[in-house]
Amino acid sequence: MSLFDILGPVMVGPSSSHTAGAARIGYICYKLMDEPIERAEIGLYGSFLATGRGHGTDRALVAGLLGMKPADERIPESFELAKQQNLEFSFGRADFAEAHPNTVKLNLTGKSGRRLEVTAESIGGGRVRIRQIDGLEANFCGDYATLIVHNLDQPGHVAEVTSMLAHKSINIATMQLYRDGRGGHAVMVVECDREVPEESRKWLAHLEGIIKVTYLSMEE
Amino acid sequence: MALKSLEELANIATASGDPFWCVVLKEDIKERQVTKEESFAKMEGMYLAMKEADKQYDGKLRSRSGLSGGDGQRLNEYLDKGESLCGDFITTVMMRAVKMGESNACMKRIVAAPTAGSCGVLPAVLVTMEERFGFSIEQMTQALYVAAGIGEVIAERAFISGAQGGCQAEIGSASAMAAGAAVFLYGGTTQQILHACAMALKNLLGLTCDPVAGLVEVPCIKRNILGAVNALTSADVALAGVKSAIPPDEVIDTMRSIGSMLPKALRETGEGGLAISPEGIKIMEKQQKE
Repeated sequence: MSLFDILGPVMVGPSSSHTAGAARIGYICYKLMDEPIERAEIGLYGSFLATGRGHGTDRALVAGLLGMKPADERIPESFELAKQQNLEFSFGRADFAEAHPNTVKLNLTGKSGRRLEVTAESIGGGRVRIRQIDGLEANFCGDYATLIVHNLDQPGHVAEVTSMLAHKSINIATMQLYRDGRGGHAVMVVECDREVPEESRKWLAHLEGIIKVTYLSMEE
Repeated sequence: MALKSLEELANIATASGDPFWCVVLKEDIKERQVTKEESFAKMEGMYLAMKEADKQYDGKLRSRSGLSGGDGQRLNEYLDKGESLCGDFITTVMMRAVKMGESNACMKRIVAAPTAGSCGVLPAVLVTMEERFGFSIEQMTQALYVAAGIGEVIAERAFISGAQGGCQAEIGSASAMAAGAAVFLYGGTTQQILHACAMALKNLLGLTCDPVAGLVEVPCIKRNILGAVNALTSADVALAGVKSAIPPDEVIDTMRSIGSMLPKALRETGEGGLAISPEGIKIMEKQQKE
């Protein structure tokens, strides 16, 4: 926690968790997609579902998907802006056996047909946590350049990623590994102290056994 | 982070000869690995954003629920008549607190301080003091360091969200932060800053978070008035040399223990308190239909 978690963020109201956090989740999805989003199916859970409308959670999420940040004064008009920018969206309820009270699940389709499924939670003060990407567990806040690699659960892929980062002199801040079962699908979430260049990400994506590379850039 | 105790912060200030705000600034420099100028510019930006948000108030706006808007305008008109019970200064503070709370409810840009629900307390006190006494932006920024330092200690020792600790954690914390900042601006000592903070928080211990229909509107917006006025009265009491019988850090710890004892129904769930008054339930049912 820093001083500016206490004083701040500068944000569009009314709620840091229900509005600012929701906008931030949408914005992280926008960055992860890395192309205009054309369809968004959004499932709300818990308090997001119960009080989201009154808090503008819906408008904030859509604003984020359009690339707006939590302080963007166009958040209240995001539905109208979505229409202009050809983003179709729908809201429903998401069901989880157990989840943070402010959880949202987004099913997104980009302009090129690229798909992304994200489950995220708003943990207070405008801070958020991404909990699932494309059905596999994850756990990151979007405060770092984050590389997300889906791969087959077989030896060598972690070494490929880390040696590429070492080669580019990129320091790893945190690294997490998850899999759905032995020999199934696995995911690596690597938070980095520096941006990972596009050509390195493309190189990774073409390696055998790597299913998908998703990246969250900190650049504006 | 070293901001775990107000007493400790005060001791560092005494030992180093730095003013309280400067001790907080130095902690930020260490914590975030930034220069003094970067930190100060960011904090100044927060103050300017508060002033801008105050200026942007629009009395015609209504919240999406239809529950709030326009009361800041009413207070403004009342103030203009110059006949308020509390006098122009306090009435201006009250007006600003409500305006910011309403702007927040109407999805305008505000500064969470420490939360969005309590965003009116600090600007109400600070912007009105700047206007009345002509402090420089530099001094106002220093005052925000005092407030943020207090807020961070509260967040470390207790909490600053209604869901965790009830309204005492939001409006109570904001009020304690504003009380300390007000004492600083008015030339009080570090000890007076601490005691103002302790007294302001003590007055609001036990305050529950029971928002109607779960929205940051009723009673949140008007509670910003309480937090702001309580900050100023606590500052004056401390400046008069009165001390809190319970030391500041212990008051914060007490806030934590009370918050932990509060039933869930009174911690931002909308399942208790004003939220389940007959009128509160009526409002909630109307919201759900829409």
